[in-house]
Amino acid sequence: MTREEIIKPENLVYKKPSLMNDKAMHYCPGCSHGVVHKLIAEVIEEMGMEEKVVGVSPVGCAVFAYNYLDIDWQEAAHGRAPAVATAIKRLWPDRLVFTYQGDGDLACIGTAETIHALNRGENITIIFINNAIYGMTGGQMAPTTLIGMKTATCPYGRDVALHGYPLKVTEIAATLEGTAYVTRQAVHTVPAIRKAKKAIRKAFENSMNGKGSNLVEIVSTCNSGWKMTPQAANEWMVEHMFPFYPLGDLKDKE
Amino acid sequence: MAKIKGAIVVDTERCKGCNLCVVACPLHVIELNAKQVNKKGYTFVHQVLEDTCNGCASCATVCPDGCITVSKVKVNN
Repeated sequence: MTREEIIKPENLVYKKPSLMNDKAMHYCPGCSHGVVHKLIAEVIEEMGMEEKVVGVSPVGCAVFAYNYLDIDWQEAAHGRAPAVATAIKRLWPDRLVFTYQGDGDLACIGTAETIHALNRGENITIIFINNAIYGMTGGQMAPTTLIGMKTATCPYGRDVALHGYPLKVTEIAATLEGTAYVTRQAVHTVPAIRKAKKAIRKAFENSMNGKGSNLVEIVSTCNSGWKMTPQAANEWMVEHMFPFYPLGDLKDKE
Repeated sequence: MAKIKGAIVVDTERCKGCNLCVVACPLHVIELNAKQVNKKGYTFVHQVLEDTCNGCASCATVCPDGCITVSKVKVNN
């Protein structure tokens, strides 16, 4: 059987989700952002919510997320995405509202907005990309940077005496009354990607069913910021990030 | 016995040559093209083994840029 005989529309098993347009993404080669964008597009398509979804994009690498997914987007000021999403969801309760934020946006400048939106139990989903570094601005130390991890602003490694401890926002969120579903996932392998997709789907459904706020943390890589190849970054993440940020559901309110 | 045959099509202009699909492929049918680059200067991946691919779509699932389209068909011997 030749290639031409296999490659036919009726034999198609996987293609780029149709909500993702053909614009070339500005992300570095191997960046986890692309996979998460794809998962969000797939989940929205499967739920049939293409016309009823509003995303809130952050400041950080994902600031141009609105260029790549053909849905309604609102750009928020740095860290204020959960506040903007709160307003959108309250004014438009029939919309699926989610924010897409990195660790610098969510865990540093936007900590207050994030924690209060989650605690109020707003029916929104927060997708939190945690790569332990400020990727867009050149690899500075983030609140989630691991102890001993080297970045541009802590070249000798993060020192607890000087910089304090990494912030586990997801663990904090799990203790809040308003949250319905709090989980931590990764997108480095095929099984992990499938699980992350299920988690995003569950979070989106919860927010549409009015169960409360949902936080999906995706432990990600920043191979440019970490100064590694994409493959080595994935291995480094498994070895160093997962012991401190263990994967799994932290809270699932039925 | 029925056998499953697959094939991939790579959007070579979109591919950034991150190599993640090469790592993810369980049957090692994809490789980075050593001699060619696309318009942006990235080396891109291509399918090197014609008959081995079973269309599992692992490569396409891990591709951050959605460059890979997978087809598969059941063949009766």
